[in-house]
Amino acid sequence: MDTTIKNSNLKSEEYFINMGPQHPATHGVLRLLLTIDGEIIKKVEPDLGYIHRSIEKMCERDSYQQIVHLTDRMDYLSSHINNEAVCLTVENALQLEIPDRVKVIRTIIGELTRIASHCLWWGVMGMDVGALTTYFYGFRDREMINDIFEETCGARLTMNYNIPGGLMFDIHPNFVKRTKEFIAHFKTKLPEYDTLLTGNVIFQKRMKGVGILTKEDAISFGASGPVGRGSGYSCDVRKYHTYSAYDKVTFNEALKTDGDSFARYQVRIQEMWESMSIIEQLIDNIPEGDVQVATNAVIKLPKGEFYQKVETARGELGVYINSTGTKNPYRVKFRSPGFSNLSLLNHIAVGGKIGDLVASMATLDLVIPDIDR
Amino acid sequence: MNISLNITTTITEFLSGFMSEGAANIGTMVVIALIYLAIFAVAGLYLVLLERKVAAWFQLRLGPNRVGPWGLLQTMADALKLVSKELTGTVKADKFLYNLAPYFVIVSSLMALAVFPFTKEFQAFDINIGLFFLIAISSIGVIGILLGGWASNNKFALIGAMRSGVQTISYELSVGLSLITMVLLTGTLQLSEIIEVQKNGWLIVQGHIPAIIAFMIYMIAGTAETNRAPFDMVEAESELGAGFHTEYSGMKFAYFFLAEFINMFIIAAVATTVFFGGWLSPFGITESIPWLGVFWFIGKTFMLVFLMMWFRWTFPRLRVDQLLTLEWKYLLPLNLLNIILMALIVWLNLTIQF
Repeated sequence: MDTTIKNSNLKSEEYFINMGPQHPATHGVLRLLLTIDGEIIKKVEPDLGYIHRSIEKMCERDSYQQIVHLTDRMDYLSSHINNEAVCLTVENALQLEIPDRVKVIRTIIGELTRIASHCLWWGVMGMDVGALTTYFYGFRDREMINDIFEETCGARLTMNYNIPGGLMFDIHPNFVKRTKEFIAHFKTKLPEYDTLLTGNVIFQKRMKGVGILTKEDAISFGASGPVGRGSGYSCDVRKYHTYSAYDKVTFNEALKTDGDSFARYQVRIQEMWESMSIIEQLIDNIPEGDVQVATNAVIKLPKGEFYQKVETARGELGVYINSTGTKNPYRVKFRSPGFSNLSLLNHIAVGGKIGDLVASMATLDLVIPDIDR
Repeated sequence: MNISLNITTTITEFLSGFMSEGAANIGTMVVIALIYLAIFAVAGLYLVLLERKVAAWFQLRLGPNRVGPWGLLQTMADALKLVSKELTGTVKADKFLYNLAPYFVIVSSLMALAVFPFTKEFQAFDINIGLFFLIAISSIGVIGILLGGWASNNKFALIGAMRSGVQTISYELSVGLSLITMVLLTGTLQLSEIIEVQKNGWLIVQGHIPAIIAFMIYMIAGTAETNRAPFDMVEAESELGAGFHTEYSGMKFAYFFLAEFINMFIIAAVATTVFFGGWLSPFGITESIPWLGVFWFIGKTFMLVFLMMWFRWTFPRLRVDQLLTLEWKYLLPLNLLNIILMALIVWLNLTIQF
């Protein structure tokens, strides 16, 4: 757009807007410095640091059992999967043989976490494009999952159910029954999501052709999870670097090639169906056995570097541990999906309107404590 | 049972019993203004409550249910809270315009109410250009929004105000033209006469196809006029925080808020009057009891208010350019064609009359 209108003295000027750190669309304390020309976005600069808690530095101080608890507070919507990532790293470093029962339970709860996270994302996504009712529909279904978690491990959000070597304790006797109930319930409710929001013509107009990210860009920005898969970048860690019980189940990787906001939206909806299918394959055959293997009270990792990645609800979470053989790690680094996904926000939002920025940002599914550790 | 509800004459006659004619006229105006103010402050509050209840029904929750039975006193309590709140403002705001803005909005809403015939006799101000007066008065509100947004010295408020200006100017056209379509059928702008015409059948039936098209355009444009979802670009909380009233607090905010709900009532009431026979009962079933007209008028209006709430709680919001595309590329040409169609129908005498 020309900044000067022809044959006129009228000029339009670019101006700054601080979106956040307190803003309803940034879902937390993300601050975006917007350069705007009228309604058109010229530049988006994310400014982080408002919820930085030095989790990585704190990890260097803590024992390996304690690190697990810190990871809850990163991406709080997939806390179980974060815990699992640290536990897997430690277990691989110690070369522990994990019982099948643990693997299956971890997978089931991991997938339940994924559904819960996507439910919340879907509700908030609708709210960001102005459909407030979706929020309550998403939360209705998420609530059932939280109840299942609460019964099994006592916590609803920050679960701490994993420990290096297995699980803290066995699942609740009701777990299988209630999970099955939830799957039956959610199978009737997930189509409601489509009738309420996906099929809406205004919603499709807002999402289609907006915030386009090509496959090449997705790879070069390090996009992962549904953001990458919406651009046709097949990057599911569960498939390519399989862990826990994902090698025992068959599931499809949700892939769309359009690369726009709507593709990312559809990928997440598709993932909820896939997660349900994974849970259904496992829930009836949870193997008998122990829920943990004995580890030393003080875990000392052998000297060296260890890396493990998992697929959280937002994408690829990598845990890097550099150990010098003591009870504390020398350095811990988390490769969080949100950080890489946020980095491409400027790329997909420039040229769009303020409304497009909000809609595109919602499809990135950002959780700020995950970005700002 | 035939209670005279011709409020103006009743009050004037009562007052002229003990004061001069001029003083009685002024006294009547003051009394009527106070009555309307009281009625619509309360009506506005209960529309807010209704909105919250409707939202709750859509959203799998109960809504307000603690203050008073069924939450009936909730909005009263809210209003009390807002009255007692501190009126904050930005330091570098244009204080005069900043303080003036809410009054523009609320006054324009309240003035528009004066011309509605709630029933045959219950009408404060029956002028022969009633419909024109309504359109003219209701467009004053946007000045308040523009002033408020501009004077608050806040960029979010300014964007909201700019959007509001663009939106209201565009959709005013559609509101006006869809009402003009119906005026072709009635041949009068006076609201009481528009209702007289409908004794042979509500206009939406009389004018059949073009009337239904005009009604749909009117409802879309009317929703946009009141800045409600899916056209709530002006406030768009996920984009602009609170839009033009970001910097307002306490009672000044409450004026904006109340005005939105009264505007919604006005849009629905105009639709009731012009399309659905105003206070006329269906098939004249309660014609012998005139005061029941109020019941029919309010009932029909609330059906339409409910429709607008239904829009709000199910639709996502449009983007600002899509909003303008919808108006200038679809609604406006359709509206102009519709006027021609209506003219043809009136000319060829194809209306349906009972």
